[in-house]
Amino acid sequence: MISTSRPQIVLGLVAIAALLAMPWLVTSDYYVNIATQIVIAAILAMSLNVLVGFGGMVSLGHASYLGVAAYLTVYLTAHAGFGPLAGALAAIAATTILAMLFGYLALRASGLGFLMITLALGQILWGIAYRWASLTGGDNGLGGAVRPHPLGVDLMNPTAFFYFALIFLAAAMWLISRFIQSGLGQSLQGARDQPRRMRALGYNVWLIQWLSFVFAGFWGAIAGMLYAYYNQFVSPQTLHLTTSAETLLMVIAGGTGTLFGPIVGAALVVILKNVVSAYITRWLMLLGIIFVTIVMFMPEGLVPGTRRLRGIVRKRRGSPTTPALPVTEERPT
Amino acid sequence: MNFWVIQGLNGLAFGSLLFILASGFSLIFGLMRIVNLSHGAYFMLGAYVGLSAIDAGVSFWVAILIGGLAISVLGAIIERFILRRLSGQPLAQVLVTLGIAFIIADACVWIWTGDPRPVPMPRELAGAFRVQQLAFPIYRLFVIGVAFTLAATLWFLLERSRLGAMIRAGVDDLSMARAMGIRTSLLFPVVFCLGSALAGAGGVLAGPILSVYPGLDTDMLPLALVVVILGGIGSLLGAFIGSLIIGFIYSYGQALFPDLAYVILFLPMVLVLTLRPTGLFGRQAI
Amino acid sequence: MRRIATLFSTTFLMGWALVTASEAAEPLKVGFMTVRSGALAAGGRQMEEGLQLCIDAHRGEMAGRKIQIITADTAGQPAVTKTKAQELIERDGAQVLIGPLAAFEALAIDDYIRQTKTPIISPSAAAEDLTQRKPNPWFVRAVGTSAQAHHPLGEYAAKELHYKRIAIVADDFAFGHEIAAGFQRTFEQNGGKVIQKLWSPLNAAEYGTYISQIDPNADAVFAAFAGGNGIKFLGEYKNYGMQKPILGAMTTVDEGILKRMGDEALGVISAGWYSAAIDTPANKKFVEAVRKSYGADPGYYTVGAYMACQFLNNALEQVKGDISDKAAFMKALRNVNIPESPYGQVKLDQYGQPILDIAIRKVERKDGKLQNTVIKTYPAVSQFWTYKPEEFLKSPVYSRDWTPVK
Repeated sequence: MISTSRPQIVLGLVAIAALLAMPWLVTSDYYVNIATQIVIAAILAMSLNVLVGFGGMVSLGHASYLGVAAYLTVYLTAHAGFGPLAGALAAIAATTILAMLFGYLALRASGLGFLMITLALGQILWGIAYRWASLTGGDNGLGGAVRPHPLGVDLMNPTAFFYFALIFLAAAMWLISRFIQSGLGQSLQGARDQPRRMRALGYNVWLIQWLSFVFAGFWGAIAGMLYAYYNQFVSPQTLHLTTSAETLLMVIAGGTGTLFGPIVGAALVVILKNVVSAYITRWLMLLGIIFVTIVMFMPEGLVPGTRRLRGIVRKRRGSPTTPALPVTEERPT
Repeated sequence: MNFWVIQGLNGLAFGSLLFILASGFSLIFGLMRIVNLSHGAYFMLGAYVGLSAIDAGVSFWVAILIGGLAISVLGAIIERFILRRLSGQPLAQVLVTLGIAFIIADACVWIWTGDPRPVPMPRELAGAFRVQQLAFPIYRLFVIGVAFTLAATLWFLLERSRLGAMIRAGVDDLSMARAMGIRTSLLFPVVFCLGSALAGAGGVLAGPILSVYPGLDTDMLPLALVVVILGGIGSLLGAFIGSLIIGFIYSYGQALFPDLAYVILFLPMVLVLTLRPTGLFGRQAI
Repeated sequence: MRRIATLFSTTFLMGWALVTASEAAEPLKVGFMTVRSGALAAGGRQMEEGLQLCIDAHRGEMAGRKIQIITADTAGQPAVTKTKAQELIERDGAQVLIGPLAAFEALAIDDYIRQTKTPIISPSAAAEDLTQRKPNPWFVRAVGTSAQAHHPLGEYAAKELHYKRIAIVADDFAFGHEIAAGFQRTFEQNGGKVIQKLWSPLNAAEYGTYISQIDPNADAVFAAFAGGNGIKFLGEYKNYGMQKPILGAMTTVDEGILKRMGDEALGVISAGWYSAAIDTPANKKFVEAVRKSYGADPGYYTVGAYMACQFLNNALEQVKGDISDKAAFMKALRNVNIPESPYGQVKLDQYGQPILDIAIRKVERKDGKLQNTVIKTYPAVSQFWTYKPEEFLKSPVYSRDWTPVK
């Protein structure tokens, strides 16, 4: 269950305080920008976590929403004459509609079939972005997006943009946790653990999962909009399979089905890729090793995992662990 | 006229390559329910190992064996020390193979420097086979032959041998097979090694056509997924027919609808999965 | 009052002189963006080798200042490239950048370079518009544009090889589009006709389906590939019984992959602003040094990074190692003039793009090794070929759908 234990609330408050104070703690805009990237990645990872952690639906195509929203934001604001707000809203709305369609297609299957449909849909989007060069700029991508000036605040300032993104992260945390605790969120978890029983009880499991899918797509689109304004350009890499895989990695590494896990996971991946890579040439291998280690030895992810380890150290005995990765495999009879 | 014949042969050859790539994936997927996301990496690593063997002076044929053997050993280690510890958690297994794929890919850049490398073709199979106006690479005809032989061998293994009977029982209903006294703890490593060996040897065999380069893994993995999805889970026949269909779609599609070149392989997969979630030949939804 | 003002200005000047002096003593920080992981790692490694050779040749000092290279791995991903540019400039205090590898990476940091006003020398990104329709005042390039070598090749194919009909097979991305269009433009202007254009995806698994589509009426095939795709294409070509001669882009038979090829590459005629076989003392010395250190011939990336570093040296000498005045340094960088280099003589045009001798090259085997023998040289070729820059820039940038104006 989500953020009900006291330590987690304390941890959360500490994390929020640290995030708010971030710009004063670091000496260079560079680190503020890294933090901003973590915030954006965290929103994306949290949205995927709705599917993976609470819905038991593992998607390998979540970059779709990031990428499509980012492409639309850049295209609409920089090349089609939309204002920053109108462009962002239109991009998010269109991406959410895309999530409705993709959810409809992907939820025809479950488990591994779901994973593969999301992967295939993602590959198709990547192919379109790459090939439809007259619209998307092909491999060169699209540039020219200008960060907006909401309420007279110049978001070109790294610190201002950091807080701008942080507002969305806070909104995402609040609304996603509300969603999880709502009837819909509860029935989503019910559908994850006991799909047949839920059906027998008269729940429309498909609808529950589809609504959650669209909800996740919406937050993915928010991350994409922020990504577009942060980078001021977008390229096919945004839609690539590796982006989806990295996002999944953030969720799994941090801890599925927790509120803070994806944030920790996002921080881990962003820091490895952008900061650690300056010191360790084979950072990609390190990423793989960390990932394998986490899946094997801390299957609940870093956030619950470290808590459990602390518990072990304190009590000198292991607490019973629940399988944190959703075991959704239903072998049809 | 020529167009249809030659692209048909191209499709057959590419489909054959896909079958060699996907057969091991399908075996592992069918029995162990592991979507082995490092299958593409195995394929690439096998090709690199084979290449190094050829550099060291062995013949192409021996290099295929070495590539297959090396990857089956790797597969055995991964099965024993990683996958088995996660047994009963299919999702964790899938994710761990994703991590392994990252590690192997980066290790290959490290060891083989990231230079794109051709795998030299055996001299006796170089050149074109000609019938009147048509010319077609001898090596591709050979690959088609290998794929059909492999399909027949695997079919024989599955349908006519004791091991095959055990595997089939496991694919159909794992818990029932266990109840019948089939020791899956022995069956799993055998199948995983066999699947890995096929990937490794397949990488070397495909080398003269695909060459080896960083990124070969992520280029090939989705293709293996497409084939298996289209054909259906745990169905060797499905994987075979699926490979050929994808091969034909690829060769005719790229020529007839060049604008769809990037997506031509994924559209049919989405179509099949949404219309018939079991795949063409599978008995179970995936 | 006046005395106070004088005092102030004197103090200020003294302080300024002190700052300048201490700056001259400090090493100059050069940020170097390369690729060490992922699909582009091979090019990245060759860039590192080229840069290292140049630094070694100058014993780590240019115009009396120590040069400190700070290397960053962009992983070939645009978003990471941007972060790495920030890391180099904001955190590590890099004053000049060399890099990045791919055109899409260079485009991704274009705005940022303008904002921070950081001089940047591109060692490999060839996208035309970087020095054409969207010139960045802080950008100079140490390599040709995509089409720069292929305008002459088009003319050569029509005038000297007397080809009438050519089929083009090219990578389906901006680099391939620009090369193909540049070639087509001059080829058709000289009486030839491009009768077919096939665009293969950059990640095409194999080329059999494309080779089979080549129009039998073509006199020759122009194959424009980047990365390892030339290896795959040429490896398969002859096995399809194809006899038609092949023209290549510079990167189709680049030395970086030519070393891995066999007889299938023999006879391919290509064009480039460089060949390891260029027979000048400056190039021989360079090639010797590369062979000695790295056991291979230099190609596109090696020489690109080497020359980017020589550009830096040349500009630093002009400003005597003092880059505190960025505008003056940038002026020097655009004024680079190197009489003898592996490229030959190099000068830049007003857009920051080198004017280069273009070699028409033919793959031959010499001493058991493949090389790009120079069979003709077009001296001092501009990125605009023989067209007027203003006219050239009026038409849209070369793309997949580009067709020559009738």
